[in-house]
Amino acid sequence: MDNPYMPYPVRIADIEVATEDRSLKTFTFTFLKPEDEAAFNHKAGQFAMLSIPGKGEIPIGIASSPTEKGFVKFTVFRTGVVTTALHNMAVGDIMGIRGPMGNWYPWDTLKGKNVVIIGGGFAFTTLRASIVYMLDPANRANFGNIDVVYGARSPGMLLYRDELFEWEKRDDINMHITVDGCDDPAWAYNVGFVPTIVEQKAPRADKDTFAIVCGPPIMIKFTQPALQSLGYGENQIIMSLENRMKCGIGMCGRCNIGKELVCKDGPVFTLAALNQTPREY
Amino acid sequence: MESYTEQIRTLAVDLLKSGKVDVVIGYRRGTVPMATVPFMARTQKQAQELIWDSHCTLNLANYLTNRQDKIGIVAKGCDSRNIVNHIVENKIKREQLHIIGVPCKGMVNPKELQALFKDEITSFSESADTLTIASAHAEVKVEREDHLRGNCALCTHRNPVIYDDLVGELVTEPVLDDPFKDVNAIEAMDTDTKWNYFDDLLKGCIRCYACRNACPLCYCPTCFVDESNPQWVGKGQNDTDIKTFHLLRAFHCAGRCTDCGACEAACPMDIHVRAFTRKLIKDSKELFGWEAGLDISKRPPLDTFAPDDPNDFIK
Amino acid sequence: MKVIKIDKNQWTQGMDNAREHYQLFGPVKIKENYCFAPLERDQQPDMTGVDTVLSPKSALFPQTEKLLTTTLDVSKQGHHIMERASADYSPRAVIGIRPFDALAIELVKLNFDTKDYRDPYWCDAHDATTFIGLAVNTPSLFDFSTSMGSGPFDEKGLDVLLVDTPAAYLAKVITEKGRAFMATAGFDQEAAPGEIQQMEDLKKAAEQAITTQVDTDNLRGKSLLDLHQAPFWEDIAFSCINCGTCTFVCPTCWCFDLQDETKGNNSTRFRNWDTCMSPLFTLHGSGHNPRGEKTQRVRQRFMHKLKYFLDKYDRGTMCVGCGRCVKSCPVNIDIREVCNVMNAYEPQK
Repeated sequence: MDNPYMPYPVRIADIEVATEDRSLKTFTFTFLKPEDEAAFNHKAGQFAMLSIPGKGEIPIGIASSPTEKGFVKFTVFRTGVVTTALHNMAVGDIMGIRGPMGNWYPWDTLKGKNVVIIGGGFAFTTLRASIVYMLDPANRANFGNIDVVYGARSPGMLLYRDELFEWEKRDDINMHITVDGCDDPAWAYNVGFVPTIVEQKAPRADKDTFAIVCGPPIMIKFTQPALQSLGYGENQIIMSLENRMKCGIGMCGRCNIGKELVCKDGPVFTLAALNQTPREY
Repeated sequence: MESYTEQIRTLAVDLLKSGKVDVVIGYRRGTVPMATVPFMARTQKQAQELIWDSHCTLNLANYLTNRQDKIGIVAKGCDSRNIVNHIVENKIKREQLHIIGVPCKGMVNPKELQALFKDEITSFSESADTLTIASAHAEVKVEREDHLRGNCALCTHRNPVIYDDLVGELVTEPVLDDPFKDVNAIEAMDTDTKWNYFDDLLKGCIRCYACRNACPLCYCPTCFVDESNPQWVGKGQNDTDIKTFHLLRAFHCAGRCTDCGACEAACPMDIHVRAFTRKLIKDSKELFGWEAGLDISKRPPLDTFAPDDPNDFIK
Repeated sequence: MKVIKIDKNQWTQGMDNAREHYQLFGPVKIKENYCFAPLERDQQPDMTGVDTVLSPKSALFPQTEKLLTTTLDVSKQGHHIMERASADYSPRAVIGIRPFDALAIELVKLNFDTKDYRDPYWCDAHDATTFIGLAVNTPSLFDFSTSMGSGPFDEKGLDVLLVDTPAAYLAKVITEKGRAFMATAGFDQEAAPGEIQQMEDLKKAAEQAITTQVDTDNLRGKSLLDLHQAPFWEDIAFSCINCGTCTFVCPTCWCFDLQDETKGNNSTRFRNWDTCMSPLFTLHGSGHNPRGEKTQRVRQRFMHKLKYFLDKYDRGTMCVGCGRCVKSCPVNIDIREVCNVMNAYEPQK
């Protein structure tokens, strides 16, 4: 890649409204040039810059797994100039993607281990990529037990609902789907905040179990003590951070936490590594 | 000026000792010749570091914005008018402040003084109205009055307009027969000449926003140049964007600017940004009979509406 | 290493010769201040104005730079597909760059040319540039380069080092690029041993003339978290007005912002210098701001310059001791003072 600022041209292949309040949409992109798709070759946990000429760029976690060929998927929350422009685009529109960027969940370390995935709200995107990756027949045998605690404000705010319910039926993954509140008597799953469900349903830690946590700051704040009460040590808790980014390649200087750049040394950090940094995130 | 320094220190120590204030905001000596540093003294020991001289060119009212504590503040004429402005605009409460008023003899421009030397200035001192400046190879004595900053030379409000203590005798206020000569000269230019004048004036601007940040009036949580939704101004080195920033900022200061000159004192590129704000000060005076920061009971003219407002266009 | 003697009456012609093959950048006067700028066809570098307000970093890293362009007109071929903006990377030479600024460029290169990514804009410009430095015979009050890994006659990052003497420049040719420049300029008279000795004497005198001593020896060993949580940041930050002056005049500050601007159907992605002093720098789309307080931003600047960079690259601090920030800061925040405070800090147990 001789110009890391140059986006790969992509076409919007599909747009799906992801949540009942329409604040999130899932975009499926196809690369205009097959060699770009081959070069893109990402790992679960990474992010990419979605680039809209005339508007700007946004760093978004890659929601599709590397095992899903022919497209890449992102779920985007509408919040500012670029995300609003993206939400107003149509299938067939051309834009750009730069990436993949950042590091990824430590798949080498996780080989042969039990994995507990904990996500909240719309931070579930790279966790979807991870689950699809692990459940792929080529990979499933590489991992032990897989538990997932995923919660949102209400059922209509859960991402990838159809897939969640499909996974719930499988016996090679334990799903603990939850919502903060629900008065629908037909709701078949948990009701309670993510940290509470973690405490109640997540497996106790042993040396072969790791937790991957991704969510809004408030969820992470209360999930950490829940995990610690289950015996998870700093090196067993893996987190994915966010920060304001522009270049995504470790050069514009703004996303640092101490000497770590979230776009390049992260966004994935163990809690142990994070505790060595100044708390500026 | 030495007595000003002693007086300021004595007052500050007393204020802190009695608990009347939590902090005293003034200046301390800087690390290089002619530099002063805005300083917050929290203890009596720190209060002994406060100084006053002809280089106290910034506006300390800038440091009051939205503070919640009890503050002793050292204020010269223009600073005190900005304090009045701040009180009127609810950026600070009168009850929080103990104002140490300084009847100002004018500030000088270090770069203008440096221009008197071939090598770097290594020391500066003053006694009464005489400044003694030295470099490794020369020494020069000049009168302060001959080297006043642009705004100080045009100042007619040297004495603080609001204060709790004074550190010296009130000084005579100058009377100027043609206070807006500089503005008139620009107004007299034809359009093309004026446009080129502004282009040249703004040459060298690096959009550091030192002018905006040094100004006590600029306290918007998000400045218009920083808005992204919608984005009013580009952030690059584009002549139109640079002009937009300066012209609009001057308009936002209309009716509020006291010509304290902190903007020019802060500018690293020596841009004469007051050319814009002085036009609005003149307009304020001529259209509304208004000078900023003199009356704590009134809001600035662009802030108020009355049915008998003189402008015809709204009728 | 060859030392060439350039008679001052040859200098102008030499610059004109060089100009045929290099785009020249040099110090020019912009109203009352000196800055580095591309020289016009008939403009000579102003060798009396080498101590510029802004550093020469703009020769490789302009304040506003076009990166990518495209058309938004859907009827045109290649619409919405961004292409690299055209720019001129033909050979260029920076004349009169000070040694501390040349070291700064070496340090900035660590950011733009990494094993994972290469910034083609900065790197192509850097590859095309020959640096003709000018030693500092009379260090200013603000120069503390000897404490920060550089010095008045330091050669790091330079292709040629010129030493000013009354009738001639003595030019130490350091690299092949430097040799090529000198040949193009037509400067080929070798200096005599006495003249080489003169250079050595001037160097010694200049180094001794810098009396400011800034201590950095303990910074490596200090705990990053201890320094970050130290109580002195509040007081240091009080006077700061969070303008961008220090970052814009600094030769090692490299942070930038990416902005898209559109005129009609032409869309351009620019990069502009940005500053960690601005509250927008770290503002999230959600409204959360990890460095929303002034003290946090002031701390960030000094921690980055004097600790994070030091720990990350092990090439000394990111400050080269040019003193521009000390000179230009409207409130006289002095990095030398801050560095000494950091270097001496012991947390209360």
